[in-house]
Amino acid sequence: MKIAVVFPELLGTYGDGGNALSLAWRGRARGIDVSVEEVALDAPLPDADLYLLGGGEDGPQRLATERLREVGFVDRIAAGAHVFAVCAGLQILGSHYAVEGDDLFPGLGLVPAVTVRGTPRAVGDLAVRVGSRTLVGFENHGGRTSLGEGLGALGEVVRGVGNDGHVDGFSAPRLWATYAHGPVLAQNPWFCDEILETISGKDLTPLVSVADRLYETRVSQIAD
Amino acid sequence: MDVKVPMSPRARVASGAVALVNRLSRRLGRGDGMVVGGWVGLFLDPHLLSDLTRSREVVLVSGTNGKTTTAALMRLAWGHGTGGNTTGANMPQGHVAALVSDRSPRMVLEVDEAYLGEIVHSTRPRAILLLNLSRDQLDRAAEVRNLALRWREALEGCSGVVANANDPLVVFAAETATQVRWVRIPTPWRKDAASCPHCTRPLRFGSEGEWWCDCGFRRPEDWCGHLRDGVVWLGERSVPLHLSIPGAVNEGNALIVLSTLDLLGGDALAGGARLAELRSVGGRYQVFTWRGRRIRLILAKNPAGYGEALASVDSRERLWIAINARIADGRDPSWLYDIDISSLTGREVMCLGERRLDLATRLVYGNVTAEVLDDPDSLGVSSEEICLVANYTAFREWRARLEAS
Repeated sequence: MKIAVVFPELLGTYGDGGNALSLAWRGRARGIDVSVEEVALDAPLPDADLYLLGGGEDGPQRLATERLREVGFVDRIAAGAHVFAVCAGLQILGSHYAVEGDDLFPGLGLVPAVTVRGTPRAVGDLAVRVGSRTLVGFENHGGRTSLGEGLGALGEVVRGVGNDGHVDGFSAPRLWATYAHGPVLAQNPWFCDEILETISGKDLTPLVSVADRLYETRVSQIAD
Repeated sequence: MDVKVPMSPRARVASGAVALVNRLSRRLGRGDGMVVGGWVGLFLDPHLLSDLTRSREVVLVSGTNGKTTTAALMRLAWGHGTGGNTTGANMPQGHVAALVSDRSPRMVLEVDEAYLGEIVHSTRPRAILLLNLSRDQLDRAAEVRNLALRWREALEGCSGVVANANDPLVVFAAETATQVRWVRIPTPWRKDAASCPHCTRPLRFGSEGEWWCDCGFRRPEDWCGHLRDGVVWLGERSVPLHLSIPGAVNEGNALIVLSTLDLLGGDALAGGARLAELRSVGGRYQVFTWRGRRIRLILAKNPAGYGEALASVDSRERLWIAINARIADGRDPSWLYDIDISSLTGREVMCLGERRLDLATRLVYGNVTAEVLDDPDSLGVSSEEICLVANYTAFREWRARLEAS
């Protein structure tokens, strides 16, 4: 399984490297051959099964969007690759987003999602009900995202703001996005495994680690 | 050595109130009594900082990491009659309190990065030391590039700036000043300076700390201070260092301090010799004995600071790391994943603090052996030698625990 961390120097403000680390560690513990490659801004986009897009500040977010357009990122997803995006990465995948004021900039247009600026800034713990599970994390963004026809949210917000105070992120075939930034896959081992299972097409054996205790503790602190 | 500070009647009333309220606050046992009085004083006289610094020489120290230690080194280097905000209260209320309680003719003030512009404007400093800028407490502080931009605006036309040429964000911030002495402080943390602050193209780094961008933004060449083999070089003159506090990071702090002393007309050789007197700063680097253990306490608050701290741990010491995520720490411990933990391979780390599980998960996923200690007070006696690296509120708790034992 090839994982590409996209432009970590631009999209990596909040420890987003933790997601690649979690996928690699949990995948390898189940015998999946996982490779992780960091994609530099001036390098060609490598082939990958999963692309990770992290969070970033306003200027770098626009630069990353332009560069992703140049390297044909959308074609890779259309050809069967997966993408997991957080925060700025989520906004980039949509049709338009506002940064540095209220001007709207074109995103990659993979999904019909539009992000405008919202006040106050959403800063704090975020808990999202995803099916029968709970996703826990931390958000820090000034965006309000609305989802167009046919695009489903990742889940309902139990605590925090997410897209709009009601729902968070979006999910579509081969694509997940959330405002829970940073090492969200480290904090939510079940979600990390779900992504690994979707891409590998295999049922994974249970894996006990200290991350389970972290997850249970965070759920009891912010989502119960 | 005290100065008489000529003040308006309003300022005199306000500074009287600062002293009174802080004394009262200390008597009531509310904190160290440095902030609330300053708050009252600034309420009574918004220009109090200008009044209190009018007839004194002020040096400011700011940056993400190393402010408190560098300010302590600067006070020693500048010599007799130098005071400052020694408790680490580094916002305007703390500056007011320090200036009221300490009448030294020379004041070295450490300044929270977000308040630098305001403090430069009101204290008219003789020198401004700029150490570094990196990600820190992103849940509440402005993102680091915004901070650099605000510094840039605040420093326009300033003189007496002494700044780290190896940190591109600091150079971006300081290049609007009319007079800058550049010093080359070893700055391993580069993740916040990946793209050029002028044009957003990728910045490139060389092996000697040099950096450049295709747009022409590059490390200033007109430098006056650098380090070589533990010796400070100010142009052609060398000053040997005999620091009592550990780590390459403190050699860099000494470099900027001695460059500033030279700028102020002081004797760098004599100042350099005085730096050895600093053994600990507010509990940092202090060695305690606790339940038979020898514990060396280190403060680190963010990825750049942890990178430096972990690199300074002795291989014979056991490593304990304590992490909290209260408001003063930043409530989001995601930054644990930005720490370079490559120096920990093969070590076993004891995880403590309120976010010990976040820390343990990060270490385990980074293939470092982690043990979780839920209740340190349940530990028995041992003769281990321990280096304990803790972030802000965890450091404060541990310092109190170790001092009480």
